[in-house]
Amino acid sequence: MANETQEIQPLMEVQHISKRFPGVVALDDVSLQFYPGEIHAVVGENGAGKSTLMKIISGAYIPDSGTIYLSGEKVFFSHPQEAQLKGISIIYQEFNLLPERTVANNIFLGREPSRFGTLDIRQMNNQASEVLKEIGVERMISPTALASSLSVAEQQLVEIAKAISFKSKVLIMDEPTAALTFTEVDLLDDLIGRLKQKGMAIIFISHRLKEVFDIAEKITVLKDGKFVKTVSKKDVTPADVVYLMVGRALDHYFPALGKPEEFGDVALKIKDASNDMIKGVSFELRKGEILGVAGLQGSGRTELAQALFGVMPFKSGSLELHGKALAIRNPYKAIKNKMGFVTEDRKAEGIAPRQPIRDNMLMTVRAIQNLFGVIHKDGIGKSRQLVPMLGKQVDIKTDSFDREAQFLSGGNQQKVVLAKWLASDADVFIFDEPTRGIDVESKASIHDMIRDLTRRGIAVLMISSELPEIIGMSDRILVMADRKVVGELPAKSSEQQIMLMATGHATTNTVTAGKE
Amino acid sequence: MTTATASGNGFRRFARSIHIPPVYYILILIFLVGGLLDQIFADGQIFKNPAIMLNIVVRSVALGIVAVGQTLVITGASIDLSVAYTISITAVMSSYVMQGKDVNVPQAILVVFLIGAAIGLVNGLIITKLHINPFICTLGTSLILSGIINATFSDYTGKVPQSFQFFGYGTLGPVPVSILILLLIVLGGWFLLARTKFGSHLYGVGGNPEVARLSGVRTDRVLIIAHIICSMTAVLAGLFLVSQMGSGAPWVGPNGVYDLNSIATTVIGGTALSGGKGGMWGTLGGVLIFGILDTVFNQLGVNPYLKTVLQGAIIVVAVASYTLRSKKEAA
Repeated sequence: MANETQEIQPLMEVQHISKRFPGVVALDDVSLQFYPGEIHAVVGENGAGKSTLMKIISGAYIPDSGTIYLSGEKVFFSHPQEAQLKGISIIYQEFNLLPERTVANNIFLGREPSRFGTLDIRQMNNQASEVLKEIGVERMISPTALASSLSVAEQQLVEIAKAISFKSKVLIMDEPTAALTFTEVDLLDDLIGRLKQKGMAIIFISHRLKEVFDIAEKITVLKDGKFVKTVSKKDVTPADVVYLMVGRALDHYFPALGKPEEFGDVALKIKDASNDMIKGVSFELRKGEILGVAGLQGSGRTELAQALFGVMPFKSGSLELHGKALAIRNPYKAIKNKMGFVTEDRKAEGIAPRQPIRDNMLMTVRAIQNLFGVIHKDGIGKSRQLVPMLGKQVDIKTDSFDREAQFLSGGNQQKVVLAKWLASDADVFIFDEPTRGIDVESKASIHDMIRDLTRRGIAVLMISSELPEIIGMSDRILVMADRKVVGELPAKSSEQQIMLMATGHATTNTVTAGKE
Repeated sequence: MTTATASGNGFRRFARSIHIPPVYYILILIFLVGGLLDQIFADGQIFKNPAIMLNIVVRSVALGIVAVGQTLVITGASIDLSVAYTISITAVMSSYVMQGKDVNVPQAILVVFLIGAAIGLVNGLIITKLHINPFICTLGTSLILSGIINATFSDYTGKVPQSFQFFGYGTLGPVPVSILILLLIVLGGWFLLARTKFGSHLYGVGGNPEVARLSGVRTDRVLIIAHIICSMTAVLAGLFLVSQMGSGAPWVGPNGVYDLNSIATTVIGGTALSGGKGGMWGTLGGVLIFGILDTVFNQLGVNPYLKTVLQGAIIVVAVASYTLRSKKEAA
């Protein structure tokens, strides 16, 4: 079978594709072939360049260099619509349906069958039925149903139907099963199998190795924007693929780990805590310790942080802060109880971009002050010296603290966020992706600062999708998957160990593992 | 996995299957309450009198016509605050050109429709090409228009010929012409929105402009056309008002609060301010609610400010109920 496909002309081929974004090489000279009737998975860590490659193939990005061939013919796409008309369709992770319109309306948006501008609704519904029938879901989805009334899986099927209606030859799916239940995944598997029979080339990106091994025939590994290897599923094991994905040395110096004998009392203790987003989480966090939280996208890492900080509070289970049972129902209460939360999305949740650095730094202090208390631009009373002191402490490079925070670099903005929480005098810190999108130099200094916090007896929960960061910083590592804590690993565990656990290929029976 | 969320009881599902907008429940409720108040305080003289009942609709005609246009732009996630002064400029310009003579009517109509088209085109171009927030853009054009009108005309200008007043007061058999006009416009608006490619694309632009663009919809053009049609409906409303009053006054638009009221009735009718959701029949329901309130309060001689309070409350309650509904459906 594999030998046969080698002789067939590839349906699509990319050659020497490179793409740079400011400060990053997203793709570096990547060449790949996709054959008709082949299910091809593209895997890699976050930032490996998978999504960038798919966006280039589907016309959303224009490559800096390199060429795309479709059935041997050189093509160039300046707009996704051009790729679509040539038979390349992409289904993004976030759905692109109009919720308040019918299935048929969504499938034929922009290409509605009509006579003199008047919609031929019957014709449109009939054609939609045909397309739905073609992918074998006509009994499940009615063309006249509103998209918002469909389940996530059904919406995905409609997206596939839309792609099919363009007579697509290449179908790209970005994390197709991320939001699906098991039975729905089976349904999708069936469908992908049928599309393969039609001779389509199916490409999908996935973080879940289990599903890659369930569905794909070929697996291509990308790492740091470079092509690593294309392998046949039957020739490799998941562990091999993980090795290809992460096999590299740590590229960055981390401060020394904490010494277990120096860890203090339990600062934060969670038992069986659940809300709508996460299930039955239990763990303990000690003073002076960094507890890393690893997991794939959508595993519930950020939701855990938000629950702890009262953004989306726990609905059941118990939370103890310094031995005192407590319900943190909102962020105000968390700050009052000396918790700090350095959020994942710096722009949306970390800084107020149009406010001066000074006001950003004083935000938490002012938040817990009397609402009608007097404020002074430098803070009042003993906090008056706060701004210059904090600025020095976190080493912000700016000529004036009156400068609007939006004009700082990403690294310096993150330092402002850090300063804001230092000012609040918090003793339990939650970091969510503390160094995402930050230059290497600032990264190192933020890592040093986080470690310094623990030396002052502060407890740190650090969420990160960068495994080197998790390994380099954590005194213990919690691994999350499917919105549960699936296991705990000791300091200096390997990337393979973490990835195997996070992709559902290994679990440990530690005390912290979720129920079942 | 079924396609229907199957929420609610059989009746509600039936109502949804034939697409009765929920605003009509509110309309019926207000109708019943109005009838009850009428029985108690006026011995049922309002609701027994067919002339007054027809008057509910007649009073709604001008607002109804503008609301049709407003529904189009709001469906496209835009808005038009300049309709009130577009009505005013139509009123003064048409009566000024007509000067009470029948022969001038075609010119007058041509002039005001050209002005309307220009206003809509400018609004649409500013919003789509300069990427100015539609609220701000149309607030700006509205102020500009108001300045121009007030600087040029101060009181009634010109006169409308007797024949033209047919639109305001004439009847075809027992049915007032004005009601037929309103029905025709609403039907036209419904057809545009529900039965044409333009309407389908407008829902796309309002629902998610990026999705629409990637599906090949020429989003800018769709929105510009919607704005032109919206201004045209304001012109029609202006002509109708002039035909009722026999003359054009610069304050007809703002005095009728046609800008905010057309937005309010559209939103009460179930069209989402965020765009992409709603329909013309809902808007008609919203307009009739305002018409009933108007008539009942008038006939019962209640303090008119109370009516405004009630209108405000209805807006809030209606929109809150839509939000709660969609939250429930999402769950």
